[in-house]
Parts: sequence; structure tokens; C-alpha cells
Amino acid sequence: MGEHYRIAIVGSGPAGLSAAAHAAKLGLSHVLLEKTDHLSDTIHKYQKGKHVMATPSQLVLRADLEFEAGKRETVLGRWGSMAAAAGIAVRHHAEVRSITGTGDPIPGSVQAIISRKRDGSSETRELQRLAPPYRITLADGDSIIADTVVLAIGTQGNPNLMTCPGGDLPHVQYQLDDPGAYNDEHIFVIGGGDAGIENALGLAADAAHGNVVTIVNRSAEFSTAKDANVKALMAARDAGRITTMTGTTTRVIEPGWITLDTADGEVRARCDRIIARMGSAPPRAFVEACGVEFASSDRLAFPKLSATFESTAPGIHVVGALAGYPLIKHCMNQGHDVVEFINGNSALLPADEPILEARFAGLPGDRSVAEWLEFLRANVSILNEMSPLQMREFMLDSEARAYPAGTVIFERNAPGSSLFGIADGDVLVEIDPANPAVTVPLAAGTIFGEVGLISGRRRGATVRAGSDCIVEISRSAALKLMSAVPPAAREITRITTERSLLQIFKSGLTPADLVDVIAAARVETVRAGQAIIKEGETGDDIFIIRSGSMVVEKTIGGKPVFLSYVPAGSYSGEMAVIDGGPRTATVRAAVKSDVIRLPGEQFRALLAAKPGLLARLRDDMASRTRLNSFIESKKDSFGGVVEMYTGVANFLVDNGVGEATDVLLIDEKLCVGCDNCEKACADSHDGLSRLDREAGRTYAHLHVPTSCRHCEHPHCMADCPPNAIHRGPTGEVYIDDTCIGCGNCQRNCPYGVIRMDQVPPKKPWLLNWLLFGQGPGPGEPDRKWRYKHASKATEAPKKAIKCDMCTGQSGGPACVRACPTGAAIRVSPEQFLSVALLDRSDD
Amino acid sequence: MATRARSTGKAVAAAPRDIAHSGFLAHRGGRWRKVALGLSALAIAVYALTDPQPRPNGGTATGYLLGSVGAALILWLSLIGLRKRIITTRAYSLKGWTSAHVYLGLSLIVVATLHSGFQLGFNVHGLAYLLMMIVVLSGLYGIAVYATLPAQLSANRNEATQPQMLEALRALDRQLDTAAQPLDKAEAELVRLSLERCDVGGGLWSRLTGRYPRCGNARARAAVQAIVDDRLRRGTPDARLTQILFLLERKDAALAQARRHIGLKTRLELWLYVHVPATFALLAALLAHVLSVFLYW
Ligand SMILES: Cc1cc2nc3c(=O)[nH]c(=O)nc-3n(C[C@H](O)[C@H](O)[C@H](O)COP(=O)(O)OP(=O)(O)OC[C@H]3O[C@@H](n4cnc5c(N)ncnc54)[C@H](O)[C@@H]3O)c2cc1C
Ligand code: HEM
Ligand code: SF4
Ligand code: SF4
Ligand code: SF4
Repeated sequence: MGEHYRIAIVGSGPAGLSAAAHAAKLGLSHVLLEKTDHLSDTIHKYQKGKHVMATPSQLVLRADLEFEAGKRETVLGRWGSMAAAAGIAVRHHAEVRSITGTGDPIPGSVQAIISRKRDGSSETRELQRLAPPYRITLADGDSIIADTVVLAIGTQGNPNLMTCPGGDLPHVQYQLDDPGAYNDEHIFVIGGGDAGIENALGLAADAAHGNVVTIVNRSAEFSTAKDANVKALMAARDAGRITTMTGTTTRVIEPGWITLDTADGEVRARCDRIIARMGSAPPRAFVEACGVEFASSDRLAFPKLSATFESTAPGIHVVGALAGYPLIKHCMNQGHDVVEFINGNSALLPADEPILEARFAGLPGDRSVAEWLEFLRANVSILNEMSPLQMREFMLDSEARAYPAGTVIFERNAPGSSLFGIADGDVLVEIDPANPAVTVPLAAGTIFGEVGLISGRRRGATVRAGSDCIVEISRSAALKLMSAVPPAAREITRITTERSLLQIFKSGLTPADLVDVIAAARVETVRAGQAIIKEGETGDDIFIIRSGSMVVEKTIGGKPVFLSYVPAGSYSGEMAVIDGGPRTATVRAAVKSDVIRLPGEQFRALLAAKPGLLARLRDDMASRTRLNSFIESKKDSFGGVVEMYTGVANFLVDNGVGEATDVLLIDEKLCVGCDNCEKACADSHDGLSRLDREAGRTYAHLHVPTSCRHCEHPHCMADCPPNAIHRGPTGEVYIDDTCIGCGNCQRNCPYGVIRMDQVPPKKPWLLNWLLFGQGPGPGEPDRKWRYKHASKATEAPKKAIKCDMCTGQSGGPACVRACPTGAAIRVSPEQFLSVALLDRSDD
Repeated sequence: MATRARSTGKAVAAAPRDIAHSGFLAHRGGRWRKVALGLSALAIAVYALTDPQPRPNGGTATGYLLGSVGAALILWLSLIGLRKRIITTRAYSLKGWTSAHVYLGLSLIVVATLHSGFQLGFNVHGLAYLLMMIVVLSGLYGIAVYATLPAQLSANRNEATQPQMLEALRALDRQLDTAAQPLDKAEAELVRLSLERCDVGGGLWSRLTGRYPRCGNARARAAVQAIVDDRLRRGTPDARLTQILFLLERKDAALAQARRHIGLKTRLELWLYVHVPATFALLAALLAHVLSVFLYW
């Protein structure tokens, strides 16, 4: 039996460390268990010299450890010495493998753990929770007893391990800190994702090191890695700097040797070091096995917690990134608070109280923060299921606003991906753009704005306040809400389906007409490239594109010809319902999309009842048929033109134009390579260009440079700790100055358009350069100049930098304005992927 | 979070922008072509309809008129250099500027020639005219280059960027260097030719003609090829040299691409090195021309 503690803290990141510091200060018996041989592994793994940022700035730090923005090394150094001084009992190399109660079974406390397998099947296991105290078992077999546990293990998880014989040898490593540290070695990198490729390239970068680098990938293609990385890898392979082995797995590892299974049989090769980068397993399985339940099965879900951070397992508390708070300051405050709670302080208000107070300041009703949260939770139906802690977190990302009757909340065609919930009063939706007097009321309790959230497209109608108070839910808060509260997600889906049907088909339909259709409707997710309708097949379901986009193709003369591009918010498949014939074209997803399938049977009944709707569909069908026959006629007269048109359209779709809202294209028949676009971009944005003109793909002289596409559902937003990425008023996706430079967005953007850099020093005035040759001239200053003129006192932090579509510049995108030949244009896919493209193919 | 811009819900109209997919020559349906043709026609009409005494030249009323128009045009045409580099935030289109620049620049041939009344001599006035014609003709050549070379540049690039091309060459050099280690001195000398005597860009002449007669890589390749052939004939093939030859051939191909790239870029830019300095000379000559007219009547 191991030692008995009052509090065991697992994980020494900012959350765990701060908890331990507070426990030490209060003189509570505690132990801090850390897997590695150092404190705070996540921060330890930041890149050398990374500037650690202390956001949000309004949040007061109430931890016992100090923390202010500074270099990674400084922050860790100070924490190290302060932890020692505070008398924290740390145990390094103490990886926790399991936490189980040692008391009696808790009646009725059974947890269902669902594990999903690779093949899609799942298995449910039931876990009977046992009362504390808890036995904590470590990887080395030791165990510890604790009354309460604070889980602060972050979200990094564990790297997937080499399971073949020899996988535990010391020359197998899971991280590469300094690629320059190895000389004259035979190194195998296992795993062809971005991390593996970047490591392999780093190891082979300097031939003087004399390393022989091989990258081993299980599948035949490097399909999970970014295009730019794969290209760089192929170049390195062609240049003979790296050997790639695809379709290969490791069989045995021995000191000095590796044996691989390749497509052509077994290969044994010299090997001094193995760097395994095979992704990591999120910590969820381990956490669930401790008895901690998650809010839903969604990948984004966090554990269910009470206001004192206690999980569904009594006595096990969860704080930090694992609890859904990824900023260091939040983590540290929670570490402090959780120990206060455990120590019996139930009156403590969370540190974000002032921020929430500010959120509600100025609203009518004179409620306290807690009363406000309860008011919103009780009144907005989709929030009903939230816990007080979830409500707090939710409000940090949202806004409460009072709108006097008559004020416009948003206008038709305004960009916006936030969701609105009506807590009190009602709103009026203008359903007829031509006549603002025609409105439909929405009552308190319901939501609106969901189309923008789900489809990523502009607002479909103007909404005015009928009276009183509304809460705006930011996109990230809404997505978190949907993953945390499954009923809320279902409700949002139902409302979206109904409203998108009303909006798309109009024709005087009312929700009552749609009951049957909606009851039969199904939301389906379609992979990029997958067809929802196949030419020649029978079937009469109608599809509404909820998010993503589709391309319509028809086989003419044995070859698929591109007919049109269908953005989210439109429908497809009406022809078969109307004329009953087989499908006349193939409709396939341009990007991963969500569609609503409306079964033909119910839809035909609706058409029979609503002649207005039938007339409208006939109109749409007629114009689509006209387009088809126009393209077919072109095909007869100039075969090559239509092929070219199809080729260009497919090329653009392959390069992300299908999910873009605004994309920079360069006509390489006109581009003289002056790079004035890059210079203009740099000169109008702090001296850093947000586009790389030469890089990127080209087809038939049409070039898609490396520049932001302002995606409908920006991948870059997925995992930004301070939520610094937003969609701005003209539809641009931009990064605000709360960015902490973590680089997640750079990794998440599939088009490689985000760079991490620091703002260069100011250049002398342009005329000084023109007249006297002072300074580096127009465009981005070179590294040497930047280095020489950098301010010595403070080092500018590296932040994420990307195109902001030149918002705030009344002239629009500078790259386009500054192109002397007209080669550069910035367009939306609808503007470009249209018949107008045929004219281009004409010459 | 205080810095976070709140969405206003307003349908803010995006800044107006040119999404027309047309080059500068066709900008707005050739608006500036029409303006320039109109201006030229007007100039010819004024010239033909007035009958200055004793004879048409710069000193008559017509001459003054055409001269002023011409001088104003030249000043405005020169401003494109500033417009290109001073990136302001308001709406403008450099493409529109280029379009106007080209067509109005060409109309100068008519305006300025008529202004002179076909009276040209070897003096400061003739010099200004000559310089102007140099600028205009170089501009015309520039148009020809702009119209034909970009497609070639794009095709030759084949999605590789210039830094990538240079990196590929450096990578081949590294491989050559490694492969040359086991060679004897004379053979290694040959590889050194490729490594040290091979200039990617080369001089201006080489860039324009695409000829690199002293290219170290080509010489090394020829020499190594000879040795390899010789060994082959004697039945003692040498694997190391065959590998070197292979690398030299690849470097040849990479060099050819990079050199074509650099050559095309040079040709796209070079004419500006006539056009712009001649513009400055023209501005000076124009000043002298105007001053001399007014001071030494
Ligand atoms: C590149 C990058 C840059 C960032 N920059 C900033 C920034 O500038 N400012 C900011 O506020 N935030 C930043 N963040 C976010 C921030 O670092 C994390 O959200 C924060 O570290 C989370 O703290 P935590 O205490 O919850 O967990 P972590 O810091 O992840 O710590 C978890 C600890 O638990 C240990 N552990 C895990 N499993 C076990 C186990 N089973 N047994 C024992 N120990 C275990 C780990 O080794 C680790 O030491 C950045 C993140 C990244 C990736
Ligand atoms: C006297 C008449 C002219 C003057 C003073 C003049 C002057 C200039 C100047 C100063 C530039 C700026 C170059 C730079 O900064 O990069 C320029 C560019 C240019 N000029 Fe002219 N020019 C004249 C006539 C013409 C004519 C007649 C043509 C074409 C027929 C022409 C075509 C061009 C082109 C294509 C550019 C390049 C635009 C760019 O790439 O940015 N010019 N000219
Ligand atoms: S940065 Fe990348 S993911 Fe984000 S909007 Fe731009 S292209 Fe899309
Ligand atoms: S903007 Fe990018 S780099 Fe900055 S904090 Fe967000 S994800 Fe990290
Ligand atoms: S739109 Fe503006 S920020 Fe974006 S690439 Fe062009 S110049 Fe740069």
C-alpha cells in the first residue's frame, strides 16, 4: 500500500503546478505527479525562445506562482525555482496509468464507456464507480492513495508507441527537439504525417551533418500531410537527400538495425536512431477509465464538471486545458481555485467574475452574474441542459445584448457565423427582401442566425428586434455548445432544416406545410469527391446543401464535363422529382459537405399540395437545363473548349476553391513576375506579405497562389486557444491581436497560407528610398535589414499572420489594385466557376 | 478580449473591386484606347484646320497648345513609377493606369510630332524628341514582351518557384560533392568544374541569348561522358563515374530550367532599364527645351 495524501495532482502544467503551489501554501498534504523528468511538459516542448503570452490581459492572476509574458526559458526557469521554494512535493517520472476508488461501490453510479474501433463499430463497457479514497497506479507499478485527485494532464495525450519487438529500445524516440544535434547517423523517421515529414526534412536539411534519413509511411501516399510538406519531401527525395519507403511497416528493431516489411518483402537496414511520429492518442480513454464522463461522444467534447470542477467521479477534479480552458492564465487560476474548493471554501467566486460582470454591464434588469447566467440558461431552450460551469465558459465567448424594439440585429447578406438565442422579448424576420414590412415573428426561447453558423454563408434575411433582450452566441461557443449538449445540437439541426427549406423554396410555404418532409429528412455527411446523385441512376430524393459545396458533371462524349458549381444554401436533384426520369447529371461534393436528403415521396406530396412551389422548381429547372444545353452546344462546336473548362473547374475545386469565399487567382498569361502584389501586401500590412505569389498550383496558366481562401468553415479556427480568429464584417477571416503565437492555425490550414513571424522594424519613408536610396525599398524587407534594424530593447513576439482581405482599406485588396497587368484577381467561386470561364477557355 | 471587434450585423458592402478577368490592354473594353485615338484625331484635326504662319512649328498657337498637351502627358506618364510604388489605401487600379499609360503614351507620337511641325534639328529640342521616341519605342517593345513572355515563364516554371529551382541546384551540387569523394584527383577536378565554374545566371549576354559557352557543368559533363564512353568501349565500366554523369545530366536539365527562368525574367525587366532612365533624361531635356523656348525666345 502506497503513501496516503489529501490531494494528488496529476500533471505539472500551469494548472497542476499552480494547484500544487496553493496546496503547499495552505499546508495540505499533497503530491504532484509528473510523467516526464521536468515540469510543464507542454510548455517545455514549445519551440526554443518562444514568447509565451499572458492573455487575456483583463483576467487577474490569483495563483501563488507568478506568471508574466516572456520567453519560454524564463517562464519555466522562474516556475522551477518558485516551485522549489514553495516546497511543492513533486514526483517526476510518475506517469499515472489508472485511478480507481478503494471504497464501496457508489449506488447507481455506473459509467458507460463507448470505444470506437477503426472499422466504425463500437463497443460499450460499463464501469461501476467506487467511492474515494483513490488508488493511483503509476507506470512503474508503484501506487499512491489520495482522498481527492486533481487531473491536470492537458490535452496533448500520449504519442502512439512503436509496438513491434524492440520498440522500447533507447534509440527509439518520439520527439525531435533539435534536428541539428545528430551527425553521421542512419535515422529512420516512422510516420508520414506533417510531424514526421517536418522532422525528416529537418534532419536532412544540412548535408554537412551527414545523416542518412529515411521516412517510413504505412500507406502508399502521404495523404494526411499538407501539400507543401509533401512537395518539399518529394523534392528532397528527388534530390537524393531523403529516402522514402511507402506501403511499409516496421517489423523488428534491434540495436543498430531495423527490419521493415515492404511491398517487395522484408528489408533489413542499418539504423542508429528511430524517430516515431505516428500521431498521439488523446487522453480521453484514460480519463474515462477513471470514471470521468464526457459531455458527448463528439471529438471536441470536454468532461462534465460542476462549478467546483468536480467530475462525475466524486473527488476527482479536472482543471486546465483538459477542462476546456487552454490559456495559461485560466489554467493557473483554476489550479488555485480547485484547491480552495477542495479545502472547503465554497464562497469563492471564479477569477473570471469581473469579465462576466462586464459582459452583463449596462443591461436592464439589475441581476448578478449568477442570476444572469441562470436567466439565460432557463430562458433559451438550447441552453437548458448546461451546467453552471458550462454557462460561465459559454458566456466568456458570448455576448449578452439588449436591443430596443425596432433595431436591426443583422442585415441580409451581412457575413456572420454567430448564433442568436432570444432570452426575452421577440424578433421579427424580414422574409421578403423587397418589402421589409413582411415579417415573421420569433418568440423568446428560440434561436436564429443558425444558417450563418451551419453553412458559413452570409445572413439570409434581415432580423429586427420586436422587443427587448437577446444573447449572441459566438461561432466557437456555439460549436462547443453543440458538442457539449447533444440535445442542443439536435434542436439546432431541426431548426436549420426547417428554416433552410423555407428560405430556399419560399413560395409562401409555412412550417406547417413542411412537417412531413422534415420528419423524413436526414442530414448526411458527404466526403469530398463522393457523389450524392449519379447520372443515369433512378432516384428522386432532393438534396439541400447545408454546408460545403457540390459540383455538377455530365458525361458528354464519354468524358465528364463540368456543368456548374452548387454552393451551400442551394438544392439539387429537382429534375427527377418533376419529370420522373433518371438522373441527368452527377452531383458530387467539392469538399466535405453536409446535405439534407428529402425523400422524393414526401416531397412530391408537398409539390402536389403547393402548385406555387412546383412552378418555382420548374423555373429553376428550366434555367439549369438551358445552361446544360448551352455547354453541350459548345461541346459540339469547339470540343477542346469544354474540356479546358472542365479541367480548369476541377483544378480550382481541387485547390480549395470549393470551400472558399474569396480566392486570389493569377492569370499567368498576364503575370510578368514583378511581385508588385506581394510588395503591396507587405506595404499595406506592417511590412509582411501575406501571399506567396510564385508558390502554389497552376493549371492551364491559371495559378492559385499561396494566399488565404477565406474558407466558409475556416480550418484555421478549429483550435485557437484565445479564439483570436474571426470572420470580419466583409466576410474576411482575420486574426486579432490576442494571438498567442501557438501555431495551431498554421498547422490546421490545409493551404499553408498562415505564417508565424514578427513585425519588422519600420522602414524609412518611401521617398527617401526613391530619392536617396535609404532603406530596403518597397515590399517586405529582407532578413538582414530586419535583423540590423531590430529594436534591441524588446523582442517582438512571433504571431500568426495571414491575409485579412485588406479590410479597412477602402480600395479593397491591395494585391489586386497593385497589379500592373490585371493578372491578379480576387473572386468568389460563384463569380469565377461560372459559364464566364468558358470564355477564358475560348482563347 | 477587449480588443475583439464586435460584429455589427451590418451588411457592410465590400470595397468595390475590379473582378473583370481582362488584361491591361483590354481594360474596361479598351476605354483608354478610345481616349487615345480621340486625342490623336483631335490633334490631327487642330493641326490640319489651323494654318499657322509662317509655317507650322512649336512657336505658333497650335504649337503651344499641342506642346502643352504633350508636356502634360509626359509628366503624367512618368508618374506611373510613383503610383506603382506608393501603396495607398483608397481605390485605384494600377492595371487601369498601365492601360492609360500605354495608349496615351502612344498618342504622344502624334501629339509631339505635330507639335514640332516636322521641324527637327540637332538641338535641345530635337534631343527631347529623340529621347521621347526612345521611351515610347522601348515601351512598345515592353508591350510585346509583356504579351508573349508570361505564358512561357509560367510553362517553364512548371509550378516550381525560383528559390526551389536554386535549391534543387544546390542539392545536386551536394550530391556531386559526395559522389566525387572517392574519385582520383584528375576526375575530381572535372567535378570541381561543375561545382565551381558554373554560374547559374551568368552575364547579361548569356541571359538574353540563353548561351553559356563556358558553363562548367557542360564542360564537366562532356569530359566525364568521354571517359565513361571510353571505359565502356574498353569493357571496364566505372559505376562511380556513371553515377557522376547521371548527376551532371540532371544538373544540366535543372540548370536549363533555371536559366530559362532567369532569362525570361531578365527580358521582362530589361527594357525598363532603357524606358526609365530615358524617361529621366527626357524629363531633363523637356525642362531644357521649355526653358530655352521661354528664355531665349
Ligand atoms: C505551441 C503552443 C504555444 C502556446 N502558447 C501559449 C501562450 O503563449 N500563452 C498561453 O496562455 N497559452 C499558450 N498555449 C496553450 C497552453 O500551453 C496550454 O493550454 C496549457 O499548457 C495547458 O495547461 P495544462 O496545465 O492544462 O496542461 P499541460 O500544460 O498540457 O500539462 C500537462 C502535464 O501533464 C503531464 N501528464 C500528462 N499525462 C500524464 C499522466 N498520465 N501522468 C502524469 N503526468 C501526466 C504532462 O507531461 C504535462 O507536463 C500554447 C500551446 C501550444 C501547443
Ligand atoms: C514619353 C512617354 C512615356 C514615359 C515618360 C513613360 C514613363 C514610364 C515610367 C516612369 C514607367 C515606370 C516604370 C517603373 O517604375 O517600373 C513606365 C512603365 C511602363 N511603361 Fe512607359 N512611359 C512612356 C511611354 C510608354 C509607351 C508609349 C508605352 C507602351 C506602348 C509604355 C509602356 C509602359 C509599360 C508597359 C510600363 C510598365 C508598367 C509596369 O510594369 O508597372 N510607356 N513608363
Ligand atoms: S487561413 Fe487557411 S483555413 Fe483559414 S480561412 Fe484561410 S485558407 Fe481557410
Ligand atoms: S491565431 Fe493561430 S497562432 Fe494565434 S493563438 Fe490562434 S491558433 Fe495560435
Ligand atoms: S487581399 Fe490584401 S492582405 Fe490579402 S493577399 Fe491581397 S494585399 Fe495581402
